[in-house]
Amino acid sequence: MGLKGTAAIVGIAEYPHQRRYEGRRKFTLSQWAELTRMALDDAGLRASDINGIVCSDIREADMFTPATVVEYLGQPVNFAERIDLGGATAVGMIWRAAAAIELGICDVVVCALPALPIPTSPLPRELNPAVWYQSSSANWGSPQAEFDIPFGNLAQNCGYATIAQRYAAEFGYDPRAMARLVAQQRRSGAQNPLAAFYGAPVSEDDVLASKMIADPLRMLEIVMPVAGGGAVVLASAEVAARCRHRPAFVKGFGEHLTIKTPTYAKDLCRTPVGPASRQAFGMAGLTPAAVDAAEIYDCYTITVLLTLEDAGFCGKGEGMQFLRDHDLSYAGDFPVNTHGGQLGMGQAGAAGGMTQVVEAARQIMGRADVRQVADCNTVYVSGTGGVMSEQSALVLQGG
Amino acid sequence: MDMTMMKPLPHPTPVTRPFWDGLAHGEVRVQQCTECKTWVFYPRSHCNGCLSDQLEWRTVSGAATLVSFTITRQPTAPMFADEMPQRIAVVELAEGVRMTSTLVDVADDEIKVGMSLRPVFDAVSEDITLLRFTPVR
Repeated sequence: MGLKGTAAIVGIAEYPHQRRYEGRRKFTLSQWAELTRMALDDAGLRASDINGIVCSDIREADMFTPATVVEYLGQPVNFAERIDLGGATAVGMIWRAAAAIELGICDVVVCALPALPIPTSPLPRELNPAVWYQSSSANWGSPQAEFDIPFGNLAQNCGYATIAQRYAAEFGYDPRAMARLVAQQRRSGAQNPLAAFYGAPVSEDDVLASKMIADPLRMLEIVMPVAGGGAVVLASAEVAARCRHRPAFVKGFGEHLTIKTPTYAKDLCRTPVGPASRQAFGMAGLTPAAVDAAEIYDCYTITVLLTLEDAGFCGKGEGMQFLRDHDLSYAGDFPVNTHGGQLGMGQAGAAGGMTQVVEAARQIMGRADVRQVADCNTVYVSGTGGVMSEQSALVLQGG
Repeated sequence: MDMTMMKPLPHPTPVTRPFWDGLAHGEVRVQQCTECKTWVFYPRSHCNGCLSDQLEWRTVSGAATLVSFTITRQPTAPMFADEMPQRIAVVELAEGVRMTSTLVDVADDEIKVGMSLRPVFDAVSEDITLLRFTPVR
Protein backbone atom coordinates (compact mmCIF):
# COMPACT_ATOMS: atom_id res chain seq x y z
CA MET A 1 0.00 0.00 0.00
CA GLY A 2 1.09 3.52 -0.69
CA LEU A 3 3.81 5.51 -2.38
CA LYS A 4 6.91 4.09 -4.02
CA GLY A 5 8.69 7.24 -2.86
CA THR A 6 9.74 8.55 -6.27
CA ALA A 7 8.30 12.08 -5.98
CA ALA A 8 10.33 14.72 -4.19
CA ILE A 9 10.31 18.28 -2.94
CA VAL A 10 12.86 19.99 -5.17
CA GLY A 11 12.34 23.69 -4.46
CA ILE A 12 11.26 25.83 -1.51
CA ALA A 13 10.19 29.45 -0.97
CA GLU A 14 9.24 31.32 2.14
CA TYR A 15 8.31 34.90 2.99
CA PRO A 16 9.84 36.41 6.12
CA HIS A 17 7.30 35.99 8.93
CA GLN A 18 6.46 39.32 10.57
CA ARG A 19 4.19 40.32 13.42
CA ARG A 20 3.67 43.74 11.83
CA TYR A 21 3.97 43.41 8.07
CA GLU A 22 6.01 46.27 6.70
CA GLY A 23 6.08 45.39 3.01
CA ARG A 24 3.71 46.21 0.17
CA ARG A 25 0.30 44.54 0.41
CA LYS A 26 -0.35 42.02 -2.35
CA PHE A 27 -3.36 40.04 -3.48
CA THR A 28 -3.30 36.32 -2.69
CA LEU A 29 -3.06 35.63 -6.41
CA SER A 30 0.00 37.90 -6.69
CA GLN A 31 1.56 36.09 -3.76
CA TRP A 32 0.77 32.77 -5.45
CA ALA A 33 2.61 33.89 -8.58
CA GLU A 34 5.52 35.32 -6.59
CA LEU A 35 5.99 32.26 -4.36
CA THR A 36 5.67 29.95 -7.37
CA ARG A 37 8.39 31.82 -9.25
CA MET A 38 10.60 31.79 -6.13
CA ALA A 39 10.15 28.04 -5.62
CA LEU A 40 10.74 27.27 -9.32
CA ASP A 41 13.90 29.44 -9.37
CA ASP A 42 15.06 27.64 -6.24
CA ALA A 43 14.61 24.28 -7.96
CA GLY A 44 16.02 25.41 -11.29
CA LEU A 45 12.73 24.89 -13.12
CA ARG A 46 10.64 27.16 -15.37
CA ALA A 47 7.00 28.24 -15.24
CA SER A 48 6.25 26.17 -18.35
CA ASP A 49 7.38 23.03 -16.46
CA ILE A 50 4.34 23.26 -14.14
CA ASN A 51 1.59 20.73 -14.81
CA GLY A 52 -0.04 20.51 -11.40
CA ILE A 53 -1.04 22.84 -8.55
CA VAL A 54 -2.42 22.36 -5.08
CA CYS A 55 -4.03 25.36 -3.42
CA SER A 56 -6.18 26.26 -0.46
CA ASP A 57 -8.51 29.24 -0.01
CA ILE A 58 -7.62 32.52 -1.67
CA ARG A 59 -9.01 35.89 -0.63
CA GLU A 60 -10.15 36.89 -4.12
CA ALA A 61 -12.54 33.98 -4.82
CA ASP A 62 -14.72 31.68 -2.73
CA MET A 63 -15.15 29.02 -5.40
CA PHE A 64 -13.39 27.74 -8.52
CA THR A 65 -10.17 28.43 -6.65
CA PRO A 66 -7.86 26.03 -8.53
CA ALA A 67 -9.00 27.31 -11.94
CA THR A 68 -8.62 30.91 -10.76
CA VAL A 69 -5.04 30.20 -9.67
CA VAL A 70 -4.19 28.28 -12.86
CA GLU A 71 -5.59 31.08 -15.01
CA TYR A 72 -3.62 33.73 -13.09
CA LEU A 73 -0.39 31.75 -13.40
CA GLY A 74 -1.11 31.18 -17.07
CA GLN A 75 0.03 27.57 -16.88
CA PRO A 76 -2.37 24.79 -17.89
CA VAL A 77 -2.31 21.75 -15.57
CA ASN A 78 -3.42 18.12 -15.50
CA PHE A 79 -3.87 18.08 -11.75
CA ALA A 80 -5.46 20.72 -9.49
CA GLU A 81 -6.63 20.37 -5.91
CA ARG A 82 -7.98 22.63 -3.20
CA ILE A 83 -7.24 21.44 0.34
CA ASP A 84 -9.35 22.37 3.37
CA LEU A 85 -7.55 20.83 6.35
CA GLY A 86 -6.67 23.88 8.43
CA GLY A 87 -3.18 23.44 9.83
CA ALA A 88 -2.88 20.04 8.15
CA THR A 89 -3.36 21.62 4.73
CA ALA A 90 0.36 21.88 3.87
CA VAL A 91 1.08 18.22 4.68
CA GLY A 92 -2.15 17.22 2.93
CA MET A 93 -0.96 19.11 -0.17
CA ILE A 94 2.39 17.36 -0.27
CA TRP A 95 1.14 13.78 -0.25
CA ARG A 96 -1.57 14.50 -2.80
CA ALA A 97 1.01 16.10 -5.10
CA ALA A 98 3.36 13.13 -4.61
CA ALA A 99 0.54 10.67 -5.34
CA ALA A 100 -0.43 12.52 -8.51
CA ILE A 101 3.21 12.53 -9.68
CA GLU A 102 3.56 8.80 -8.99
CA LEU A 103 0.36 8.18 -10.95
CA GLY A 104 2.16 9.80 -13.87
CA ILE A 105 -0.47 12.48 -14.54
CA CYS A 106 1.99 15.31 -13.85
CA ASP A 107 5.66 15.73 -12.97
CA VAL A 108 6.00 19.28 -11.58
CA VAL A 109 3.47 20.36 -8.95
CA VAL A 110 3.45 23.64 -7.00
CA CYS A 111 1.90 23.77 -3.51
CA ALA A 112 1.59 27.31 -2.12
CA LEU A 113 0.06 28.88 0.97
CA PRO A 114 0.38 32.66 0.73
CA ALA A 115 -0.54 34.60 3.88
CA LEU A 116 0.56 38.21 3.56
CA PRO A 117 -2.03 40.99 4.04
CA ILE A 118 -3.96 41.90 0.88
CA PRO A 119 -4.69 45.52 -0.18
CA THR A 120 -7.59 47.21 1.62
CA SER A 121 -10.80 46.71 -0.35
CA PRO A 122 -12.79 49.76 -1.50
CA LEU A 123 -16.00 47.69 -1.14
CA PRO A 124 -18.11 47.77 2.03
CA ARG A 125 -17.04 45.13 4.50
CA GLU A 126 -19.53 42.34 5.16
CA LEU A 127 -19.76 41.04 8.70
CA ASN A 128 -18.99 37.35 8.88
CA PRO A 129 -20.21 36.04 12.26
CA ALA A 130 -18.02 32.94 12.00
CA VAL A 131 -14.92 35.11 11.85
CA TRP A 132 -16.29 37.21 14.68
CA TYR A 133 -16.61 34.15 16.91
CA GLN A 134 -13.30 32.78 15.57
CA SER A 135 -15.17 29.61 14.70
CA SER A 136 -15.54 27.71 11.46
CA SER A 137 -19.30 28.14 11.04
CA ALA A 138 -22.06 30.24 12.51
CA ASN A 139 -24.52 29.03 9.84
CA TRP A 140 -27.97 27.79 10.74
CA GLY A 141 -27.87 23.99 11.05
CA SER A 142 -24.16 23.96 11.87
CA PRO A 143 -23.65 21.70 14.92
CA GLN A 144 -20.91 24.02 16.13
CA ALA A 145 -23.17 27.09 15.92
CA GLU A 146 -25.96 25.36 17.81
CA PHE A 147 -24.15 23.29 20.44
CA ASP A 148 -20.68 24.76 21.02
CA ILE A 149 -20.65 28.49 20.26
CA PRO A 150 -23.47 29.38 22.72
CA PHE A 151 -21.25 28.16 25.56
CA GLY A 152 -18.31 30.29 24.48
CA ASN A 153 -16.39 27.23 23.26
CA LEU A 154 -14.74 29.29 20.54
CA ALA A 155 -11.49 29.58 18.69
CA GLN A 156 -8.67 27.18 19.40
CA ASN A 157 -7.46 28.10 22.89
CA CYS A 158 -10.48 26.57 24.57
CA GLY A 159 -10.28 23.20 22.83
CA TYR A 160 -6.53 22.80 23.31
CA ALA A 161 -6.86 23.84 26.96
CA THR A 162 -9.47 21.13 27.61
CA ILE A 163 -7.17 18.57 25.96
CA ALA A 164 -4.25 19.71 28.13
CA GLN A 165 -6.42 19.65 31.26
CA ARG A 166 -7.54 16.11 30.49
CA TYR A 167 -3.90 15.10 29.92
CA ALA A 168 -3.02 16.58 33.30
CA ALA A 169 -5.71 14.50 34.99
CA GLU A 170 -4.70 11.24 33.26
CA PHE A 171 -0.90 11.50 33.16
CA GLY A 172 0.17 14.53 35.19
CA TYR A 173 1.39 17.90 33.98
CA ASP A 174 4.73 19.65 34.24
CA PRO A 175 4.49 23.34 33.33
CA ARG A 176 8.30 23.64 33.45
CA ALA A 177 8.76 20.84 30.91
CA MET A 178 6.38 22.68 28.58
CA ALA A 179 8.26 25.93 29.21
CA ARG A 180 11.51 24.10 28.38
CA LEU A 181 10.01 23.05 25.02
CA VAL A 182 9.10 26.66 24.21
CA ALA A 183 12.54 27.94 25.23
CA GLN A 184 14.27 25.35 23.02
CA GLN A 185 12.12 26.13 20.00
CA ARG A 186 12.59 29.86 20.53
CA ARG A 187 16.34 29.19 20.67
CA SER A 188 16.07 27.69 17.17
CA GLY A 189 13.75 30.47 15.99
CA ALA A 190 16.22 33.06 17.24
CA GLN A 191 18.68 31.66 14.67
CA ASN A 192 16.19 31.79 11.77
CA PRO A 193 16.24 35.11 9.84
CA LEU A 194 12.75 34.33 8.42
CA ALA A 195 11.20 33.90 11.89
CA ALA A 196 9.13 36.55 13.63
CA PHE A 197 11.16 35.85 16.77
CA TYR A 198 14.57 36.00 15.01
CA GLY A 199 17.10 37.12 17.59
CA ALA A 200 14.51 36.89 20.36
CA PRO A 201 14.98 33.80 22.55
CA VAL A 202 13.03 33.34 25.81
CA SER A 203 13.86 31.51 29.03
CA GLU A 204 11.80 28.87 30.82
CA ASP A 205 11.04 31.45 33.48
CA ASP A 206 9.80 33.90 30.83
CA VAL A 207 7.32 31.25 29.66
CA LEU A 208 6.16 30.43 33.21
CA ALA A 209 5.76 34.16 33.95
CA SER A 210 3.66 34.79 30.83
CA LYS A 211 -0.04 35.41 31.26
CA MET A 212 -2.40 32.47 31.80
CA ILE A 213 -4.88 32.50 28.88
CA ALA A 214 -6.99 29.38 29.42
CA ASP A 215 -5.83 27.00 32.15
CA PRO A 216 -3.24 25.46 31.79
CA LEU A 217 -2.08 27.31 28.64
CA ARG A 218 0.12 30.38 29.01
CA MET A 219 0.65 33.12 26.43
CA LEU A 220 4.10 31.95 25.29
CA GLU A 221 2.81 28.39 24.75
CA ILE A 222 0.40 29.71 22.12
CA VAL A 223 1.37 30.76 18.58
CA MET A 224 1.36 34.41 17.64
CA PRO A 225 -0.48 35.37 14.42
CA VAL A 226 1.85 36.79 11.79
CA ALA A 227 2.06 37.62 8.09
CA GLY A 228 4.01 35.10 6.05
CA GLY A 229 3.49 32.14 3.76
CA GLY A 230 5.48 29.64 1.79
CA ALA A 231 5.53 27.25 -1.15
CA VAL A 232 7.24 24.13 -2.36
CA VAL A 233 7.57 22.51 -5.77
CA LEU A 234 7.47 18.74 -6.08
CA ALA A 235 8.76 16.77 -9.05
CA SER A 236 9.23 13.25 -10.35
CA ALA A 237 12.57 11.51 -9.79
CA GLU A 238 13.45 12.15 -13.46
CA VAL A 239 12.86 15.90 -13.12
CA ALA A 240 14.43 15.97 -9.65
CA ALA A 241 17.66 14.61 -11.13
CA ARG A 242 18.14 17.84 -13.11
CA CYS A 243 17.17 20.20 -10.25
CA ARG A 244 19.69 22.24 -8.24
CA HIS A 245 19.28 20.75 -4.78
CA ARG A 246 19.26 17.35 -3.14
CA PRO A 247 15.66 16.12 -3.50
CA ALA A 248 13.56 15.34 -0.41
CA PHE A 249 11.60 12.26 -1.45
CA VAL A 250 8.12 11.66 -0.05
CA LYS A 251 8.53 8.13 1.28
CA GLY A 252 5.43 7.83 3.41
CA PHE A 253 2.32 9.70 4.44
CA GLY A 254 -0.77 9.30 6.54
CA GLU A 255 -3.91 11.30 7.23
CA HIS A 256 -6.64 10.73 9.76
CA LEU A 257 -9.80 12.69 10.60
CA THR A 258 -12.17 11.94 13.45
CA ILE A 259 -14.13 14.95 14.68
CA LYS A 260 -14.21 18.72 14.28
CA THR A 261 -14.76 19.83 17.88
CA PRO A 262 -12.83 17.91 20.56
CA THR A 263 -15.93 17.68 22.76
CA TYR A 264 -16.99 14.81 20.49
CA ALA A 265 -13.64 13.00 20.50
CA LYS A 266 -13.80 9.52 22.03
CA ASP A 267 -10.43 10.10 23.73
CA LEU A 268 -9.00 13.61 24.11
CA CYS A 269 -5.46 12.32 24.72
CA ARG A 270 -5.09 9.84 21.84
CA THR A 271 -5.07 11.92 18.70
CA PRO A 272 -5.50 11.27 14.95
CA VAL A 273 -1.79 11.89 14.32
CA GLY A 274 -1.24 8.40 15.81
CA PRO A 275 -2.87 6.42 12.98
CA ALA A 276 -1.58 8.97 10.43
CA SER A 277 2.02 8.55 11.63
CA ARG A 278 1.83 4.76 11.83
CA GLN A 279 0.73 4.70 8.20
CA ALA A 280 3.49 7.15 7.20
CA PHE A 281 6.26 5.16 8.89
CA GLY A 282 4.84 1.85 7.68
CA MET A 283 4.73 3.08 4.09
CA ALA A 284 8.31 4.32 4.34
CA GLY A 285 9.42 1.03 5.93
CA LEU A 286 10.93 2.98 8.82
CA THR A 287 10.39 3.43 12.54
CA PRO A 288 10.38 6.70 14.52
CA ALA A 289 13.93 5.80 15.68
CA ALA A 290 15.18 6.36 12.10
CA VAL A 291 14.33 10.07 12.16
CA ASP A 292 17.15 12.66 12.17
CA ALA A 293 14.79 15.58 12.84
CA ALA A 294 11.08 16.04 13.45
CA GLU A 295 9.15 19.10 12.26
CA ILE A 296 6.04 18.83 14.43
CA TYR A 297 3.02 21.08 14.04
CA ASP A 298 3.10 23.31 17.10
CA CYS A 299 0.13 25.62 17.43
CA TYR A 300 0.43 24.92 21.19
CA THR A 301 2.91 23.08 23.40
CA ILE A 302 0.30 20.38 24.08
CA THR A 303 0.14 19.67 20.31
CA VAL A 304 3.86 18.84 20.26
CA LEU A 305 3.63 16.75 23.43
CA LEU A 306 0.76 14.61 22.13
CA THR A 307 2.38 14.24 18.70
CA LEU A 308 5.66 13.05 20.28
CA GLU A 309 3.65 10.37 22.08
CA ASP A 310 1.12 9.40 19.42
CA ALA A 311 3.67 9.33 16.57
CA GLY A 312 5.71 6.90 18.66
CA PHE A 313 8.76 8.96 19.63
CA CYS A 314 7.91 8.04 23.23
CA GLY A 315 5.17 6.12 25.00
CA LYS A 316 1.74 7.43 26.02
CA GLY A 317 2.09 9.43 29.22
CA GLU A 318 5.89 9.69 28.83
CA GLY A 319 5.94 12.99 26.94
CA MET A 320 6.76 15.23 29.91
CA GLN A 321 9.69 12.99 30.87
CA PHE A 322 10.82 13.00 27.21
CA LEU A 323 10.86 16.80 27.27
CA ARG A 324 12.86 16.78 30.52
CA ASP A 325 15.35 14.20 29.15
CA HIS A 326 16.05 15.66 25.70
CA ASP A 327 17.23 18.90 24.13
CA LEU A 328 14.83 19.61 21.26
CA SER A 329 16.67 22.66 19.87
CA TYR A 330 18.48 22.48 16.51
CA ALA A 331 21.69 21.73 18.43
CA GLY A 332 20.09 19.14 20.69
CA ASP A 333 20.05 15.33 20.80
CA PHE A 334 16.49 15.20 19.36
CA PRO A 335 16.02 18.17 17.01
CA VAL A 336 12.37 19.24 16.76
CA ASN A 337 11.18 22.30 14.83
CA THR A 338 14.67 23.34 13.88
CA HIS A 339 13.27 26.54 12.30
CA GLY A 340 11.75 27.54 15.62
CA GLY A 341 8.42 25.94 14.81
CA GLN A 342 5.41 28.18 14.67
CA LEU A 343 6.09 29.13 18.28
CA GLY A 344 9.30 30.70 16.92
CA MET A 345 8.25 31.65 13.38
CA GLY A 346 4.77 32.92 14.26
CA GLN A 347 1.66 31.41 12.68
CA ALA A 348 0.66 32.75 9.29
CA GLY A 349 -2.83 31.24 9.30
CA ALA A 350 -3.14 27.89 7.53
CA ALA A 351 0.31 28.59 6.02
CA GLY A 352 1.78 27.87 9.44
CA GLY A 353 2.04 24.18 8.64
CA MET A 354 4.01 24.99 5.48
CA THR A 355 6.92 26.19 7.64
CA GLN A 356 7.33 22.63 8.92
CA VAL A 357 7.35 21.22 5.36
CA VAL A 358 9.78 23.86 4.08
CA GLU A 359 12.17 23.35 7.00
CA ALA A 360 12.11 19.56 6.56
CA ALA A 361 13.14 19.96 2.92
CA ARG A 362 15.69 22.62 3.84
CA GLN A 363 17.33 20.28 6.36
CA ILE A 364 17.45 17.38 3.88
CA MET A 365 18.89 19.71 1.22
CA GLY A 366 21.54 20.73 3.76
CA ARG A 367 20.67 24.43 3.56
CA ALA A 368 19.75 25.28 7.17
CA ASP A 369 22.97 27.21 7.89
CA VAL A 370 23.73 27.37 11.62
CA ARG A 371 20.59 25.34 12.30
CA GLN A 372 21.70 22.47 10.06
CA VAL A 373 21.36 19.04 11.66
CA ALA A 374 24.43 16.93 10.79
CA ASP A 375 23.82 14.07 8.30
CA CYS A 376 20.13 14.90 8.05
CA ASN A 377 18.58 12.27 5.79
CA THR A 378 15.21 11.35 7.27
CA VAL A 379 12.69 13.89 8.58
CA TYR A 380 9.21 13.40 10.05
CA VAL A 381 6.64 16.17 9.48
CA SER A 382 3.20 16.51 11.05
CA GLY A 383 0.25 18.78 10.32
CA THR A 384 -2.64 19.47 12.65
CA GLY A 385 -5.93 21.05 11.65
CA GLY A 386 -8.81 22.12 13.83
CA VAL A 387 -8.30 21.01 17.42
CA MET A 388 -6.33 17.76 17.02
CA SER A 389 -9.17 16.71 14.75
CA GLU A 390 -7.66 16.41 11.27
CA GLN A 391 -4.01 15.43 11.20
CA SER A 392 -1.46 14.37 8.62
CA ALA A 393 2.09 13.05 8.68
CA LEU A 394 4.97 12.72 6.21
CA VAL A 395 8.24 10.85 6.18
CA LEU A 396 10.75 12.59 3.88
CA GLN A 397 14.11 11.18 2.90
CA GLY A 398 17.08 12.57 0.99
CA GLY A 399 17.93 11.10 -2.40
CA MET B 1 -21.52 48.89 22.82
CA ASP B 2 -22.28 46.15 25.35
CA MET B 3 -21.23 43.12 23.35
CA THR B 4 -22.69 40.72 25.92
CA MET B 5 -26.16 41.72 24.67
CA MET B 6 -25.19 40.10 21.37
CA LYS B 7 -24.38 36.69 22.80
CA PRO B 8 -24.82 33.98 20.15
CA LEU B 9 -27.82 31.76 20.93
CA PRO B 10 -28.82 28.47 19.32
CA HIS B 11 -31.32 28.55 16.45
CA PRO B 12 -33.13 25.19 16.66
CA THR B 13 -33.74 23.24 13.46
CA PRO B 14 -36.49 20.73 12.63
CA VAL B 15 -34.01 17.99 13.56
CA THR B 16 -32.95 19.44 16.92
CA ARG B 17 -36.21 21.06 18.09
CA PRO B 18 -37.24 18.24 20.50
CA PHE B 19 -33.96 18.68 22.41
CA TRP B 20 -34.60 22.40 22.98
CA ASP B 21 -38.28 21.83 23.78
CA GLY B 22 -37.20 19.27 26.38
CA LEU B 23 -34.85 21.72 28.07
CA ALA B 24 -37.63 24.33 28.20
CA HIS B 25 -39.66 21.74 30.13
CA GLY B 26 -36.77 20.89 32.47
CA GLU B 27 -36.02 17.59 30.72
CA VAL B 28 -32.87 16.30 29.04
CA ARG B 29 -33.90 14.47 25.87
CA VAL B 30 -31.35 12.48 23.89
CA GLN B 31 -31.84 10.35 20.79
CA GLN B 32 -31.25 6.60 20.76
CA CYS B 33 -30.99 4.43 17.65
CA THR B 34 -33.68 1.72 17.66
CA GLU B 35 -31.52 -0.50 15.39
CA CYS B 36 -28.08 -0.48 17.07
CA LYS B 37 -29.03 1.16 20.41
CA THR B 38 -26.33 3.87 20.05
CA TRP B 39 -27.06 7.04 22.02
CA VAL B 40 -26.76 10.03 19.70
CA PHE B 41 -25.71 13.58 20.58
CA TYR B 42 -25.80 16.26 19.19
CA PRO B 43 -29.21 15.53 17.64
CA ARG B 44 -28.99 14.10 14.13
CA SER B 45 -31.24 12.79 11.37
CA HIS B 46 -29.18 9.59 11.21
CA CYS B 47 -27.43 7.45 13.82
CA ASN B 48 -23.69 8.12 14.02
CA GLY B 49 -23.17 4.43 14.76
CA CYS B 50 -25.00 2.74 11.88
CA LEU B 51 -26.56 5.62 9.85
CA SER B 52 -30.08 4.34 10.50
CA ASP B 53 -32.77 7.02 10.45
CA GLN B 54 -34.72 5.14 13.13
CA LEU B 55 -33.90 7.39 16.09
CA GLU B 56 -36.18 7.82 19.09
CA TRP B 57 -36.13 10.60 21.66
CA ARG B 58 -35.67 9.41 25.25
CA THR B 59 -35.83 11.49 28.40
CA VAL B 60 -32.72 10.81 30.48
CA SER B 61 -31.65 11.90 33.98
CA GLY B 62 -28.98 14.37 32.87
CA ALA B 63 -26.53 12.83 35.36
CA ALA B 64 -23.05 13.41 34.00
CA THR B 65 -19.32 13.36 34.73
CA LEU B 66 -16.72 15.99 33.90
CA VAL B 67 -14.44 14.82 31.06
CA SER B 68 -12.39 18.02 31.00
CA PHE B 69 -12.62 21.77 31.42
CA THR B 70 -10.80 25.04 31.13
CA ILE B 71 -11.07 28.24 33.10
CA THR B 72 -10.50 31.17 30.75
CA ARG B 73 -8.57 34.23 31.92
CA GLN B 74 -9.64 36.34 28.97
CA PRO B 75 -13.04 36.04 27.24
CA THR B 76 -13.12 33.64 24.27
CA ALA B 77 -15.11 36.41 22.53
CA PRO B 78 -16.23 39.88 23.71
CA MET B 79 -19.83 38.60 23.99
CA PHE B 80 -18.81 36.41 26.92
CA ALA B 81 -17.15 39.16 28.99
CA ASP B 82 -19.96 38.92 31.58
CA GLU B 83 -19.20 35.23 32.28
CA MET B 84 -15.59 35.71 33.43
CA PRO B 85 -13.96 33.50 34.21
CA GLN B 86 -15.70 31.16 31.79
CA ARG B 87 -15.76 27.61 33.14
CA ILE B 88 -16.08 25.73 29.87
CA ALA B 89 -16.64 22.02 30.19
CA VAL B 90 -16.75 18.79 28.23
CA VAL B 91 -19.27 16.57 30.02
CA GLU B 92 -20.34 12.98 29.47
CA LEU B 93 -23.91 11.94 30.22
CA ALA B 94 -24.49 8.59 31.95
CA GLU B 95 -25.58 7.28 28.51
CA GLY B 96 -22.05 7.96 27.19
CA VAL B 97 -22.63 10.94 24.91
CA ARG B 98 -20.48 14.04 25.31
CA MET B 99 -21.50 17.67 25.12
CA THR B 100 -20.06 21.16 25.47
CA SER B 101 -21.37 23.13 28.44
CA THR B 102 -20.37 25.49 31.21
CA LEU B 103 -20.13 24.81 34.94
CA VAL B 104 -22.16 27.00 37.29
CA ASP B 105 -22.34 27.50 41.08
CA VAL B 106 -18.86 26.07 41.55
CA ALA B 107 -15.58 27.35 42.96
CA ASP B 108 -12.56 27.10 40.65
CA ASP B 109 -10.58 24.90 43.05
CA GLU B 110 -13.56 22.56 43.39
CA ILE B 111 -13.47 21.60 39.69
CA LYS B 112 -11.94 18.17 39.13
CA VAL B 113 -11.89 15.95 36.06
CA GLY B 114 -14.15 12.96 36.73
CA MET B 115 -16.44 14.77 39.19
CA SER B 116 -20.18 13.98 39.18
CA LEU B 117 -22.46 16.64 37.74
CA ARG B 118 -26.15 17.33 37.60
CA PRO B 119 -28.05 19.40 35.03
CA VAL B 120 -29.03 23.05 35.50
CA PHE B 121 -31.70 24.41 33.17
CA ASP B 122 -30.82 28.01 32.35
CA ALA B 123 -33.58 29.89 30.52
CA VAL B 124 -31.49 32.48 28.68
CA SER B 125 -34.28 33.81 26.46
CA GLU B 126 -37.99 33.29 25.86
CA ASP B 127 -37.20 30.48 23.43
CA ILE B 128 -33.92 29.04 24.58
CA THR B 129 -32.94 27.13 27.71
CA LEU B 130 -29.26 26.16 27.86
CA LEU B 131 -28.13 22.97 29.60
CA ARG B 132 -25.43 23.85 32.11
CA PHE B 133 -24.03 21.65 34.88
CA THR B 134 -23.14 21.91 38.55
CA PRO B 135 -21.36 19.49 40.90
CA VAL B 136 -23.37 16.89 42.80
CA ARG B 137 -22.77 17.73 46.47
